[in-house]
Amino acid sequence: MTEFTPILSLLGGSLIGLAAVALMAVHGRIAGISGILGGLLQSPGSADWSWRAAFVAGMASSAMIVALASGWSPNYEVPVTTLMLLGGGVLVGLGATLGSGCTSGHGVCGISRFSARSIVATCTFMATGLVTVFLIRHVFGG
Amino acid sequence: MLKLLTAFAIGLLFGIGILISGMANPAKVLNFFDLFGTWDPSLAFVMGGALTVSVIGYRLIFRMKKPLLAQSFSLLTRSDLDSRLIGGSAIFGIGWGISGICPGGLLPALSLGRIEPIYALVGVLVGIAGAKLLTKTLDRPAAAPSPNQIKGAGNA
Repeated sequence: MTEFTPILSLLGGSLIGLAAVALMAVHGRIAGISGILGGLLQSPGSADWSWRAAFVAGMASSAMIVALASGWSPNYEVPVTTLMLLGGGVLVGLGATLGSGCTSGHGVCGISRFSARSIVATCTFMATGLVTVFLIRHVFGG
Repeated sequence: MLKLLTAFAIGLLFGIGILISGMANPAKVLNFFDLFGTWDPSLAFVMGGALTVSVIGYRLIFRMKKPLLAQSFSLLTRSDLDSRLIGGSAIFGIGWGISGICPGGLLPALSLGRIEPIYALVGVLVGIAGAKLLTKTLDRPAAAPSPNQIKGAGNA
């Protein structure tokens, strides 16, 4: 069970949107996290490598910075096995790269521009996510 | 330097948004997908909040001639729907449903001091590298790179 948090989720979502808008306004870039991560696997010499690294560093240190500044730490529960984290992670990286984006790139940035590709991609991964959880939790036990 | 500082700050803001929204928590994401069990609709509110701000924000920004610290807006303008887009997205959703993690939710969790996000990150990076290798192989017969496009060693 996780608690339904409409206000915090709306607030957090607005900050995500604000960050996506800021990245476009300042750097002219789509805030697609899988793409930015993928860019880091290219050679570090490229011009885009350093802003991507800085962006990822900001994201990756956010929990620590928030904890140091306010003492607040979010709930974090992993109701799946390590194998599911690893295997699911591989599919996440593989699928998001083949499909040119994930929740942030397609779901937020792409839909904001009313991109047909992003709308189709978002509906697709939402649907397969729903089916996967249904199968794991209600068909194969869980 | 200003580019790096702003990129870091925007990444930090993005991460704080993820943390406050609850989307760093795999249990919360999985419960969004569990309509017939412990359903938690929070993720829809995250998307609603994000899209409200970004739809309006993008509209305002695109009135500018160019971004503040770059020469132009880097936008993808493709509109065709191909099997790679749909197949890749389908695979992504399956992985998301198995693990409860997506790239944006994963990164902020890395500094929680837990081991699970590290496992997930390893998986995601392996998947990204695999996809790059796969697309490189698939695209090779169609368009062989000309000599000046071949980059030095160190490419993934």
